[in-house]
Amino acid sequence: MASMRRSYQKPLVFLVCFGPVIWLTYGLFSGQLGANPIETILRNLGDWGLRFVLLGLAVSTIRRLTGWTGVLRYRRMIGLFAFFYVFMHLSVYIGIDHFFDWSTILNDIIKRPYITIGMTAFIMLIPLAVTSPKAMVRKLGGARWKKLHRLIYIIAPFGVIHFFLLVKADVREPLVYGAILAFLLGERLYRRIKKKEASTRSGHVSV
Amino acid sequence: MLIKNRIASDPLSSEITSKSTYLNRRSFLKGGAATAAAALMPWSVSAAPTRAREFPNLIKSPFSTDEPQNKYDDVTGYNNFYEFGTNKSDPYDNAGGFMNRPWSITVDGLCDRPGALDIEDLLTKYSLEERIYRMRCVEAWSMVIPWVGVSLRDVLKKFEPSSKAKYVEFTTLIDKKQFPGQNYPTIPWPYTEGLRLDEAMHPLTLLSVGIFGEELPAQNGAPVRLVVPWKYGFKSIKSIIHMRFVEEMPKTTWEQQAPSEYGFYANVNPEVDHPRWTQSKERRIGEFFRRPTASFNGYAEEVADLYKGMDLRKFY
Repeated sequence: MASMRRSYQKPLVFLVCFGPVIWLTYGLFSGQLGANPIETILRNLGDWGLRFVLLGLAVSTIRRLTGWTGVLRYRRMIGLFAFFYVFMHLSVYIGIDHFFDWSTILNDIIKRPYITIGMTAFIMLIPLAVTSPKAMVRKLGGARWKKLHRLIYIIAPFGVIHFFLLVKADVREPLVYGAILAFLLGERLYRRIKKKEASTRSGHVSV
Repeated sequence: MLIKNRIASDPLSSEITSKSTYLNRRSFLKGGAATAAAALMPWSVSAAPTRAREFPNLIKSPFSTDEPQNKYDDVTGYNNFYEFGTNKSDPYDNAGGFMNRPWSITVDGLCDRPGALDIEDLLTKYSLEERIYRMRCVEAWSMVIPWVGVSLRDVLKKFEPSSKAKYVEFTTLIDKKQFPGQNYPTIPWPYTEGLRLDEAMHPLTLLSVGIFGEELPAQNGAPVRLVVPWKYGFKSIKSIIHMRFVEEMPKTTWEQQAPSEYGFYANVNPEVDHPRWTQSKERRIGEFFRRPTASFNGYAEEVADLYKGMDLRKFY
């Protein structure tokens, strides 16, 4: 019974995560993406990339705050969707928005800080995506795998900064992402400090 | 089969109800239906703007381009008008109830005949032209738009700028109720722009009251806006209420917001990048491939002389 429920839950979550692609494809062919559909697609894919990065970070926070351990089952899928959306975002930027105009693209990467930062974040996502299969976790060993995946603590802030720098004047939306990120990182920091306090306190007791 | 034979003494239907009453009734019903629909679907109010009054007998301008024009829906649905919100679709969504009457522009400062320019005078006392211009946004997209308006200089001349006047400063209406975007300090309000007097007096510079042969929709800057086709779009200030002749270079809104990114001149220049993107290419709305951007947006022949001897890298 429980296993049956699990068997349809994962495909369902997969479909929900894939929803933005379905919506964008439908919107494109039904003419609902506005006057500048390339820009709409590019921005949307970037939004979803950042959302999934943050959602991936939120998984363990949710587990700790609610005690719901079942959520951990979806972490790998969420992480891979983060990579998928960021990869699509970059592909649209290179292959559609600038249509492989490499000199412009290289210039962008070198000269525009928000693109440099975005590109760096994408490159750091690659090893995380590559090491996501169970076999790779085993091969690396849990401790090393964990260490490698701490890259997400650089990737996520880079994602928010990338968005923040790109905005012309209205920074409210990137600030919302920044606040969510601050909460997710803050919760971890708070837990760490508490843990340290507890251990030093217990240390005193033992003296 | 029922055949109704009209007997001579029967009144004609047109005798019972005059055509105007009949049409009034129809518009009354339409209005009622719209109100009912609006009550059920609040979003439908802004989603179905009524088309504005049309301008007959527009003079065709020799300045017009014959490039294909952008679609009406794109020109009126994809706008940067932060007073209505910062998303491209916000102006269309929020412009529904904008009151553009009564409206007059105060014209003062260093001139001999300061006064006011009423929108109705502008519509009736000047011979309106259609000018099809390229519009290049600083964000590297462009459109071709058929504007309706008059050369700004024909208007400014009447106020007799004095010899001390070097610049014209323009200001947009401040009204937080009608412009919801003004409730947030996204950019310094009111939106302020400026032109050097010789730029303002250039025959290409248009004071526009319409697009596609009809009055400007609110999201495009109703009821009166500037169009300076050789400069980035943000110079073409919308919903103007004040024009002032001044001696000092006005501090424009975007210059205050980010001086390293937006200069006073803001001439379209493929050689000078925006710090965050290249200006060498642009996407014409409706096209897939980016196209190269032309110096002065293709109006170099007409305006390049205005900037002779100036370092356009410095004065961007």
